[in-house]
Amino acid sequence: MDDSLLSLLRFGPQGWGDELLAGVRITLLLALATAPIGLVGGFLLALARRSQSARLRVPATIFTTVFKGLPELITLFIVYYGLSMLLSALLSLVSDVYVEVSSFLAGMIALGAVSASFASEVFLGAFAGIPKGQIEGAEALGLSRYARMRKVVLPQLLRLALPGLGNLWLVLLKDTALVSVIALPDLLRRTFVAVGATKEPFFFFFVAILIYFAMSLVSSVILGFLEARYSRGYAGR
Amino acid sequence: MSEFLPPILARYGDDLLDGFWITLQLVGLSIGFGIVLASLSTRARLSKRWWLRWLSAIYINLFRGTPLIAQLFLIYYGLGQFSGLWRTLNLWWFLRDPFNCAVLAFTLNTAAYQAEIFRGAVEAVPRGQWEGASALGLPRHIGFLKVIVPQAAIYALRPFGNEIILMVKGSAVASVVTVYDLLGETRLAFSDTFRFDVYFYAAALYLVLVETLRRVWNLLEARLTRHLDPASKQRMRRRKESVLEPVAS
Repeated sequence: MDDSLLSLLRFGPQGWGDELLAGVRITLLLALATAPIGLVGGFLLALARRSQSARLRVPATIFTTVFKGLPELITLFIVYYGLSMLLSALLSLVSDVYVEVSSFLAGMIALGAVSASFASEVFLGAFAGIPKGQIEGAEALGLSRYARMRKVVLPQLLRLALPGLGNLWLVLLKDTALVSVIALPDLLRRTFVAVGATKEPFFFFFVAILIYFAMSLVSSVILGFLEARYSRGYAGR
Repeated sequence: MSEFLPPILARYGDDLLDGFWITLQLVGLSIGFGIVLASLSTRARLSKRWWLRWLSAIYINLFRGTPLIAQLFLIYYGLGQFSGLWRTLNLWWFLRDPFNCAVLAFTLNTAAYQAEIFRGAVEAVPRGQWEGASALGLPRHIGFLKVIVPQAAIYALRPFGNEIILMVKGSAVASVVTVYDLLGETRLAFSDTFRFDVYFYAAALYLVLVETLRRVWNLLEARLTRHLDPASKQRMRRRKESVLEPVAS
């Protein structure tokens, strides 16, 4: 019994091993493509939320409140159906095609907006952790606004933000599973297909969970290394 | 009344509210059962027996390190595979219902997160408090209940509130296994009418719920920490962050 179950994971036409691996690739690709959006978007949102000007501060605060509060799944549906309908409506002015946004792109936009919102929170916390004297010192040295940010604030900011950003990466990796609901052929979706063909749901979903767990473990080991490296100037404090 | 509403709300408003009520039930039941399971799991995590510590650590990390939707599929589809066994055990009436499966999956998931919160909070209480309790001659479990828990509660409050909010958001995946919660009803209304704005009304309901929870929690925290001066509140908040920064995976 056990032997025949494991043989379902073989690579090649009989087994599902290669299909699942292809799913892992899509899952990782989506997470890796979304992470930079979250990182850069989160930093810009944090800058906007700290800004003196209400024209920047208010929209950025509303954006983060909305995308932090909404279930990721509803955000995903809104982006997926909403964008398709919007683009179709715009294109219908010139021709009569119906376009559908790919589930990968919809996932990237939706999860990107969510991670950017949470990342802005992490960056705000990190900004607050930089001692005032550092900025005053940079001003006293006559550094320009840009040099102050680039040479003094950012290096310290990244160290302070790294643990929080690492957690967001782990959250993002898990959230990619939601995109399987709009038919992205990621790990979970392919597991579903395998279940449909083999009628072995418990075995396959358990295997999928173990694979997700392995990805989380590897990520946290790498993040541990990164954190150690970024705080190597601060040992013992 | 209904003629003042947008047509889609006049027709589907009641359904959305029914779904909202199901969402509240999902979250309330899971958080409630989750507290019990998390307390047991924390107890095991802080136990002197190594195998209890191990078991609880594996459970906590496995459920925190994998997607909730995959856990739900494992329970709903995976356990359904053994329906014969559940029938002989007389449990099939429970597992047959997607609502029950969702509550089971969410309970297991939130308990893992809660256990990690509780552990961090207990460990944040200074050792001297344990020593003080035992110096007063209090038995260990009384000292834990009367001395440690009230102080740990303050540390746990904010992350616990965040966990409830995460559960509200996470509960939306129940709609994928045909539970008609708020998102489930919304998807139904959308597939009936192809009117996209129904998603915005559902989104507004979710936001109201989350924002209300957040504000109630701020009040609760202000109440529980009213004996602390502003400087030590600041210290606690910082401490809370460093202690309860969710550990990777």
